[in-house]
Amino acid sequence: MSDKTNDIRQTLLVALGVSLVCSVLVATAAVLLEPRRVQNEQRAIRYDILDVAGRLTDAVDIDSAFDAIETRLIHLDSGEYADPGADPAAFDPRRAARDPELGLAIPAHLDVAQIDRRSRLGRVYLVRENEELERIVLPIHGYGLWSTMYGFVAITPDAGRVLAIKFYEHAETPGLGDQIDDPGWLASWRNKRLYDDSGDLAIEVIKGSVRPNDPRAEHRIDGLTGATLTARGVSNTVRYWLGEHGYGPYLAQLKEGTNQ
Amino acid sequence: MSGPRARTLIEPIVDNNPITLQILGVCSALAVTTSLLPALIMCIAVISVAAIANSAISAIRSVVPKNIRIIVQMTIIASLVIVVDQVLKAYAFETSKQLSVFVGLIITNCIILGRAESFAMHNPVIPSFLDGVGNGIGYSLVLIIVASTRELFGAGTLLGFTILPTVSDGGWYNPNGLMLLPPSAFFVIGLLIWAVRSWKRDQVEQPQFRIHEEQV
Repeated sequence: MSDKTNDIRQTLLVALGVSLVCSVLVATAAVLLEPRRVQNEQRAIRYDILDVAGRLTDAVDIDSAFDAIETRLIHLDSGEYADPGADPAAFDPRRAARDPELGLAIPAHLDVAQIDRRSRLGRVYLVRENEELERIVLPIHGYGLWSTMYGFVAITPDAGRVLAIKFYEHAETPGLGDQIDDPGWLASWRNKRLYDDSGDLAIEVIKGSVRPNDPRAEHRIDGLTGATLTARGVSNTVRYWLGEHGYGPYLAQLKEGTNQ
Repeated sequence: MSGPRARTLIEPIVDNNPITLQILGVCSALAVTTSLLPALIMCIAVISVAAIANSAISAIRSVVPKNIRIIVQMTIIASLVIVVDQVLKAYAFETSKQLSVFVGLIITNCIILGRAESFAMHNPVIPSFLDGVGNGIGYSLVLIIVASTRELFGAGTLLGFTILPTVSDGGWYNPNGLMLLPPSAFFVIGLLIWAVRSWKRDQVEQPQFRIHEEQV
């Protein structure tokens, strides 16, 4: 190497040049490929919604099957549907949660899902079978061990039982926490009752296995071996969103059958 | 193609294989080899990053000041990996979800930085390109062998097609669950290294020290 290559001006020049070329390369790729990437991500989420909605078959066309599901926005505080003028597809709950107008801070003692803020509006997916409301898919998210877990839970239209649950985005420990994607475990949520006889939210993931003679077995889901904290996070997430501060007011109306 | 160039391309495939001889890049070889398809995508990603990074670094090797050469190499490699990651998210979304962080971790794959530093910094563009492709293929060869073994014995399939019908699907093969766990990749790579070194004796390393006999 010549002396020139250790010159300070040469060093700065090369550093600047390399950074410039590389940043242009990365930015170009990101901008050019973004439409396809966003489309892929949206299709993946639609696939998961259809999955918990029970509408997924081998031959199904994802976009047309998704269009058959009615998407509505609700005011979480009152449980009322938002006015039909608002476009549910354009609604971005993550952005809305951060917005001082559209989001609100969750009081610390209620924030069991550890998400700090949530949007004032919520999106719900109404799945109909021959005009009859068959199930309702609710987006949920909450903190596990390392990461925020995003998923969907499908419930019966009278808010009585869970029909399906699935997470579409999380970064829990591979091999341990990612058992929350295990189809067998997810299937064990099916037909669990949300509320006990006195009307209190009773569904929860416990530590260990549910004993067959447990009087609350119909509300309880087995924990995950080696993933106690992730499983607790799932339990808290479900309980927050199905509770008073989440979709509670909306679910209360469903239970009374006043909100179709 | 003349002799030395062909050797640059072919030598890293068996005789100087980055995984079996140099034991580099083993981390990702453990992680992405549970089934064949993600492994193949990973191979293409590594070959292209290694080849392009080597060529680019070789092209600017005479103007890069010595004291910032590593960071310059890292910047180039990292940019290429981000581009590859974006391309995968756009055109191979399902597989990119399976590969998750391991595409990003190509940045820290010692094979790529190792070849950039030891080869591309001292050689012209075309040999550097060939060296990148060769090392990428050497890495890929091991990945493909390990992934085929693990998918075949762990799930009874290859690229998703059933080869050994499993008991749960009404067949006769009882899949070996260990094959789907990361430690099995260690065993398979270990056996592979043993096999290669039994075949090519000159790859066997000399012991670094010997225990002296006891002297009274």
